[in-house]
Amino acid sequence: MANIKELASKGNFFSPGHRACAGCGGTIILRLLSAAAGENTVFVGATGCMEVVSTIYPYTSWKVPFMHNAFENSAATASGVESAYRALKKRGKINKDINIIAFGGDGGTYDIGLQSLSGAMERGHKLLYVCYDNGAYMNTGIQRSSATPFGASTTTSPAGKEIKGKMQHRKDLTEIMIAHNIPYVAQASIFYWNDFVEKVKKALNVDGPSFIDVLSPCPLGWGSEPSASVELSELAVSTHFWNVFECENGKYKINVKPKKEKPLEEFLFKQQRFKHLKNNPELVEELRRYLNEKYQNLLKKEECSNR
Amino acid sequence: MTKIVAKTGNEAMAEAMRQINPDVVAAYPITPATEIVQIFSSFVSNGEVDTLFVPTESEHSAISACVGAAAAGARVMTGTSSQGLALMHEVLFIAGGLRLPIVICEVNRALSSPINIHCDHSDTMASRDAGWIQIFSEDPQEAYDQTILAMKLSEQLFVPSMVTTDGFIISHAMQRVEIFDDNEVQEYLGEPKRPYNLLDVDNPITVGPLALQDYFMEIKVQQANFIKESRSKIKEILNDFNKKMKRDYSVVEKYMMDDAEFCFVALGSTAGTLRYTVDRLRKEGEKVGLLKVRFYRPFFEEDIVESLKNIKGCAIFDRSDMFAGTGGHLFNDVKSALYNSSSRPFLKDYVYGLGGRDIDVEDIESVYRDIKEFTENNGKGETVKYITVRE
Repeated sequence: MANIKELASKGNFFSPGHRACAGCGGTIILRLLSAAAGENTVFVGATGCMEVVSTIYPYTSWKVPFMHNAFENSAATASGVESAYRALKKRGKINKDINIIAFGGDGGTYDIGLQSLSGAMERGHKLLYVCYDNGAYMNTGIQRSSATPFGASTTTSPAGKEIKGKMQHRKDLTEIMIAHNIPYVAQASIFYWNDFVEKVKKALNVDGPSFIDVLSPCPLGWGSEPSASVELSELAVSTHFWNVFECENGKYKINVKPKKEKPLEEFLFKQQRFKHLKNNPELVEELRRYLNEKYQNLLKKEECSNR
Repeated sequence: MTKIVAKTGNEAMAEAMRQINPDVVAAYPITPATEIVQIFSSFVSNGEVDTLFVPTESEHSAISACVGAAAAGARVMTGTSSQGLALMHEVLFIAGGLRLPIVICEVNRALSSPINIHCDHSDTMASRDAGWIQIFSEDPQEAYDQTILAMKLSEQLFVPSMVTTDGFIISHAMQRVEIFDDNEVQEYLGEPKRPYNLLDVDNPITVGPLALQDYFMEIKVQQANFIKESRSKIKEILNDFNKKMKRDYSVVEKYMMDDAEFCFVALGSTAGTLRYTVDRLRKEGEKVGLLKVRFYRPFFEEDIVESLKNIKGCAIFDRSDMFAGTGGHLFNDVKSALYNSSSRPFLKDYVYGLGGRDIDVEDIESVYRDIKEFTENNGKGETVKYITVRE
């Protein structure tokens, strides 16, 4: 395992000067992801915050090749890049080994891009897809997505007198990806940066598709302090709001099992999007019930798949 | 050495694709274009090409993969029709804006609703503003030749192309086709050359950035200017194709136009029926000709105006409607091209053949009588007529 200084000294392929907000989790994810992948990497990004902040013409933050096509098709586009790579390699026009990484926010991944992602994963392209999951359509102004957690207030699921934020639980995309029987699927958190970096390396080494879903704190959309993004990335794990685990060739491993579990409220009430839940403890209970069930199921899966 | 075979439009296009042997083909099946990729995937399975075939889960992903592969420096093709082309719509503009050389074998079929699987031009017309070259084919021979030509045009001009045939009428009708030798096609096309390549990790580029008020307009004006200038380049490339491949194609094709007083203007397969009808009418002493528009995009305005300068009355055949209350696409384009011309014929639009409705010689003869009468009446009355419609 590299230490963070070593990682930083290897080269910065996602350079500063981009237009992201202070405390943005997405840019930390890209910084770590590009450092872990190294210079022989091609990125394909979906329309969304990370594409918008990093490529305002005539500037670019990318010191490695980067391509943006549209919102819902970064996986399909990357599958074309990967096919071109294989075709040109077969014809002796390319000799280098190149990593192909596609990414998108939860909007471009869970929702509008789900079909394109599913297709690319099923076809077995050797590419890594990374979702920076901030749990809403932040780029267009914090609208609900299928990754928005239960109870969260967004601009299209506002907490009102009758309806108290989003009334559906998150779609479990990571499990959907596991159901594609691809060699490597994981969830990560930027607080455990070394775990994320190792996961990227592992994913790029498998012979086939891989997927990593990374929790991406968004001060603007979560209503949190910009300085709290990394702390929230830890609290999300120790409250079981977000599980850090992997599924390698069907075998589950929970990479971080919190030694001291923390109350869910510690994570929730550092964010304005959940503040209305203070007056609706039954909704906090429902979220807690759901998250505990998820974690218990994950423990069972880990046990069963390694038996 | 050419070889003479019997092929349908779809088979002819698939054969052209085999000979082009692209690096990547990403496609999704749709009637009546399914056969193109079906035949092509058998070429892949049997090792007759070394293309990487990407059987995507939708047309949107097919064209998205094509865009990714083309940006990565690959020679890229796909095939589609109708709803499939409509599903690609968003990405067609991106391919045009990124100036990526992609060729689509497009089989013209009506857009829903009602759903219909037969020919009209509504699908291709709906994508006419996407910054693509659009070439119409009259028969399987043209479909075959123009597929090869389109690859050359796209790679020389950095403008994507769609070569169209008419659904079932050409796609499924077998005709005599002269096929080039494989090596003739390879020699004609040469190696694809790209100024930039996404996979060149030593010279990293950013493709598809966000350009705002300060740069967007310059980028789009560059595209517009290039398309405008590309018309003379297309003529050069077409002349070169004619010379090397022994063909006689022009951007707009004139038939019996020299002394014609009246003429038909059309796209695609109907040109064949129109030519036959011109011959019949000529035998009766009628001074009538045909103008077949081969390239719909870019629009060869000057050539069309020049061709129509001595015409008194002109019947435009549109296999699509703009639903603007002003008739079909070809009519509106020709009409606007003629606006600044000193000699303008009387112009009337005949919308026909929607959803595969047949058109025969008698229908065309009655159009001829109608345009003559319209011209004699100095263009009075309705300028758009829907023909072969149940009363």
